[in-house]
Amino acid sequence: MPQLLLELFSEEIPARMQGNAARDLERMARDGLSKAGLISEGLKAFAGPRRLTLVVEGLPVAQPDVSEEVKGPRVGAPDQAMDGFLRKTGLAREALVERDGVWFGHIHRTGRPTAEIIAELVGEIVRGFAWPKSMTWGRGKLRWVRPLQRILCVFNREIVPLEIDGLVAGDLSEGHRFMAETRVFRARDFDEYHEALAGHFVVLDVEERKARILEGARTLCFARGLELVEDDGLLEEVAGLAEWPTPILGDMDPAFLDLPPEVIRTSMRTHQKYFAVRKPGEAGLAPYFLVVANIEAPDGGKAIAAGNAKVLSARLSDARFFWDEDRKDGNFERWLEKLNGVTFHAKLGTMAERVERIAALAKEIAPLVGADPDKAALAARLCKADLASEMVGEFPELQGIMGGYYARAEGASFETRSASAPQDDEQGAGGLTKGRHAEEPASAGVSKHAQEIADAIRDHYRPQGPGDAVPTAPLSVAVALADKLDTLVGFFAIDEKPTGSKDPFALRRAALGVLRIILSGSYRMPLMEVLHDAALRVGLAQQAPVIEATEANIRRIAEETGGSEIIAAYEQSTFAAEFGGNLPLLAIMRARDDLRPFLADRLKVLLRDQGKRHDLVDAVFALGDDDLVRIVARVDALSGFLATEDGTNLLQGYKRAANILRAEEKKGPLPTGAPTRAAAPAEEGALFDALTAAGPKLDAALAAEDFTGAMTALAALRGPVDAFFDKVLVNSDVAAERDNRLRLLQTVQTAMGRVADFSLVTG
Amino acid sequence: MRLNQYWGDQGCVILQPHDVEVGAGTLHPATVLRALGPKSWNAAYVQPSRRPGDGRYGENPNRLQHYYQYQVILKPNPANMQDLYLGSLRAIGLDLKLHDIRFVEDDWENPTVGAWGLGWEVWCDGMEVSQYTYFQQVGGLDVFPVAGEMTYGLERLAMYVFGVDNVYDLPFNDPDSPLGAVSYGEVFLENERQHSEANFHGYDVDVLKGQFEDMERQVPLMLARNYQNKALVLPAYDMVLKASHLFNLMNARGAIAVAERASYIGRIRDLCKMCAQAWVDQQEDAA
Repeated sequence: MPQLLLELFSEEIPARMQGNAARDLERMARDGLSKAGLISEGLKAFAGPRRLTLVVEGLPVAQPDVSEEVKGPRVGAPDQAMDGFLRKTGLAREALVERDGVWFGHIHRTGRPTAEIIAELVGEIVRGFAWPKSMTWGRGKLRWVRPLQRILCVFNREIVPLEIDGLVAGDLSEGHRFMAETRVFRARDFDEYHEALAGHFVVLDVEERKARILEGARTLCFARGLELVEDDGLLEEVAGLAEWPTPILGDMDPAFLDLPPEVIRTSMRTHQKYFAVRKPGEAGLAPYFLVVANIEAPDGGKAIAAGNAKVLSARLSDARFFWDEDRKDGNFERWLEKLNGVTFHAKLGTMAERVERIAALAKEIAPLVGADPDKAALAARLCKADLASEMVGEFPELQGIMGGYYARAEGASFETRSASAPQDDEQGAGGLTKGRHAEEPASAGVSKHAQEIADAIRDHYRPQGPGDAVPTAPLSVAVALADKLDTLVGFFAIDEKPTGSKDPFALRRAALGVLRIILSGSYRMPLMEVLHDAALRVGLAQQAPVIEATEANIRRIAEETGGSEIIAAYEQSTFAAEFGGNLPLLAIMRARDDLRPFLADRLKVLLRDQGKRHDLVDAVFALGDDDLVRIVARVDALSGFLATEDGTNLLQGYKRAANILRAEEKKGPLPTGAPTRAAAPAEEGALFDALTAAGPKLDAALAAEDFTGAMTALAALRGPVDAFFDKVLVNSDVAAERDNRLRLLQTVQTAMGRVADFSLVTG
Repeated sequence: MRLNQYWGDQGCVILQPHDVEVGAGTLHPATVLRALGPKSWNAAYVQPSRRPGDGRYGENPNRLQHYYQYQVILKPNPANMQDLYLGSLRAIGLDLKLHDIRFVEDDWENPTVGAWGLGWEVWCDGMEVSQYTYFQQVGGLDVFPVAGEMTYGLERLAMYVFGVDNVYDLPFNDPDSPLGAVSYGEVFLENERQHSEANFHGYDVDVLKGQFEDMERQVPLMLARNYQNKALVLPAYDMVLKASHLFNLMNARGAIAVAERASYIGRIRDLCKMCAQAWVDQQEDAA
C-alpha cells in the first residue's frame, strides 16, 4: 500500500518545542486523514533540530467512493421544492424513483485522489500549526517557529504538488550542516530518506539520538573509570540540539571541586548543557565534564573539549565568586533584611512577612511532630534567607540547598541564637540580630543543633515531586509543613486555586507534600486546626481586604463553602474576638473551607496510587475526620473487613436496611427513639442483644483507635442481621412491631456508620 | 577588519558607529529605524556599547561597561542568511569542521524600544559568539519585510581567535610592530575604572533625572517640527537614545526603585514608538 512521507525542513527548532511538535504533527495528520475517510495502517512523526518528519504507511490511493440514497420531496410537492432538491443534489428528474409517496434519488460520489487531499491537508497543518512562539521572515506571511526552508512531500513515490506561501514541495532534503559532503539529497520514500539521512550524518529519531548519547557517554566514562551523572531532562534537551550527537569528555580544573557538587552540576547544566561525571561509589564529582557536540571533528574533539573547558572555567569562576561572597560573615542577617524588599505576591505581602508566618506556624506544628518549638521557629526564620544570596539569584533551583550549606558554614553562631531566640512571634529579623550578638559564637565545630537547623533549611522544600524523598527529621518536618501550609492557605485566600491543568503556584504539589510528610511520619494532628492557624496568620498579614464583611457576602460564602461556622461566628458576633476584628479574614475562612475538599481530593489520589479503593476512601472521609493517620488506618481496616465473608454479607445487610429505611421514609417520618427488646420472634430479640453487646465493644475499640477491633465488633452483627432479614418481616401490620423493627435497622445503620459511611461503599 | 570585508562583499553598506551613547549596537538608527518601513536595507558597522551596570572597575576579565559590537542588518532577510553568517565565521578564521557551532534558542526582546524577535545565540564550543535575530516588532510596529540581525561581541570573538583568557591582554595592534605592542588594557583599563566609579557613585542623580526629563520634553517638539515636509525623526531618535542611556545611568546608580523601573521603561518606549511611527509614515509617503 502507498506511503506518505512529509518533511518540514527549517532553521533550528528550539529543543524544548520538538517533542510537542512531533505529537501535534501526528495528531493533526491522523485527524485530517480520518476526516477525509483515509485510514492508514500506521503513522509516526519525528522531530529534530532542523526538521519535522511524518511517515504514514498503507494509505489508499483514493478516498473510497460513496454511494447513498437521498430522500427528496413528497410526490405532489410544489415545483419549487423539487427544483431546489435537484439543484442541490445534481440529480436529473428521471433518475428519481417513487416509494411510499416520496421521491428518492441515488447519489454516487467518486472518491478524490489521496494526493489531492494530502496537498490540502499539508497546507492546513503548516498554516495551522500551534507553535508556542512563531515568526514571519523575509517578505512572506507564513508563520513557523523559525524560517521554513524546504518541504519534502512524496506519496506513493510521487511528489505531491503543493505550494505554501511560495515554497514548492519536492523530493529534496538536506543533511548535516557541517559534516555532510553533499548538502542536498533526494528521497522518494521513507527507507530512502532514512538511509540518506544516516549517510548525511543525521539521526532522525530522538530516541536513537538519546541512546547514542547515553551509550557514547557511558563508554567514554567507563574507559576512564568514571560514571556519568545521568539527567533525563538534560538528555532530552541535548538530543534536541544536535543532529549527529557526539559525546566528548573534557577536563575540568580540579580546583573547582571545593564547590558544592550541586553548584557545579547546576552551572554545567543550566549554562552549558554538560553532564557531570563522578567516580563510582564516591561522593561528589570527578573533575571532568561531558559535552554533547554536533560534529565528529577530525581531531577527535580535542579543540571542542578545550574550548568548552575554557568556558566552563569562566562559569565556575563566577560560581566561586558567589560562593565566596555568600559565605562572608553576617550574611544571614543581611539577607533577611533584604527579604523585606522582596515581594512574595502582591496580595500576600513580602517574603519577610511570609517568613514570619512560617516561623510562627512551624512553632505551633513543632510539638505535633516531636520538634522543639523554638528551634523550629529559628530554622523557619532562616529558611528563605538564601533567596537573597548571590548563588540562588543566579541559580534559583539551588534554593534551600545553598541555605543549608551557608547555615552549616555559619553554624556555630546558631548556638547563641536558640538561647535568646525571640519568644514573641511578632519580633522579626531584628530580634535575631540581637540574639546573635548577645554572646560570642562558641566553638568553630558545627554542633548537632546547628546541623539540624541546616538540614531543616536544606530540606524544607521537599518533597519537590512524586519521586523526591520526604523530610524525616522532626525539625525539617515542622518547617516543611509550615512552608507548604502557608503557601496553600495564602493562594487559596486570594483565590488563586488550581484549575484544570493550570497550577502556576504548584499547589497540588504542596498539598501532596503535606499529605506525604504527615503519613510517612505517622504524625497525629488535627489538620483543620492547623490550617485554621495558618489561615489566621495569612489573614492578619494581608494588606487589602479581599471581600467586605456584609451579611450578604457572609451568607454567600457560607453557602459556597458549606462553612456554617462562618455564619455562626457572625451571628454570635465572635468575629472581633476570633479574628481581631479583621474582616478580610472572611476570605481566609473560605480558603480554609475550600482547602478541606482540595486536600481530600489529593489524599484520594495518593491513596488510590497506593492501590486503595476509591469508594472506601470516600466512605471513611464522609465521617469528617481530619486526622490523616486515623483516616488511613480506618481505610485499611475497612478494606480488610470487606475482604472477609462477614464483611461482604454485613455490607449487603446494611444496604438492605438502608433500602427499607429509604422506602419507609417516603411513606412518612421514621419512628424515633431507641428500640426495645421484643420477646418474639427470637431473631428480633437476638439482633437487639447483638446490638446491645456490640455497642460497648465498638466504643472501646474506637476509643483505642483499634479499627480492626471495631470491625470485629461489627462482624458479630452479621449473623443476627442475616437471620433477622430471613425470618422477620419488617413491615408488620402491627404498627408498634413495625416501628420497633425500623428502630432496630436504624440502630444497625448508626452503629456501622461510626466506622465508615457504608452507603458509599460499592459492591 | 575581515568582517567589514566579508559583509561589504555581500553588498552591505559599511557604516561607522553612531555618535550617541547606546546600550547595544541594535539601537543605532541604522538598525532600529531602518528595520521599519517597506524599503530594503543592508548594513554592517561597529558600535561601541555602554552598559553602565556592567562596570567591574577593570577587575573582571570578561565584563566591561564599554565594549564593541559588530552589527549586521539585512532587510529583508535573505533565505540563506544562516549560511551567510556561517561564511562570516569562516572568514575570520574559524574551521567549522573542527569547532562545534550551535544555534541555541534565545529570543531577543528590548522593552525600552518596544522591540522583539526570535532567533538564537550562536555557540562556538560552548561559548556564545553571536546573537542572531529575526526582528518581528520595533517601536511597537510590525517589521515587514522582516529584518535579520546578527550581533558579534568583538572582544569575545577576538579573545577566542587569539586564545586569550583576559580581555585586557588582547593585542590591540600588531605585537611585533616597531612602535611597540599595545594591549586592550593599555587602551581601555583606565577608562573602565573611571567610568565604573562614575556609573556607580559619580553621577548626580538629580542632574540625570533632569536631563532625562529634558529629553522627554524635546522628542515631541522635534517630531512636531517639519523640514521639507518631514518631521525631524532622526534628531528626535537621538534624544530617545540619550534618554535611554540616562535611564541606564540612573539604574546603575541604584536610583530607580523596582516599582519605578517599569514606568521609566514605558516612558522611553512611548518616545521610541512616536519616532518609529513618524519614521514609517515618512517611508510610506516616499514609497
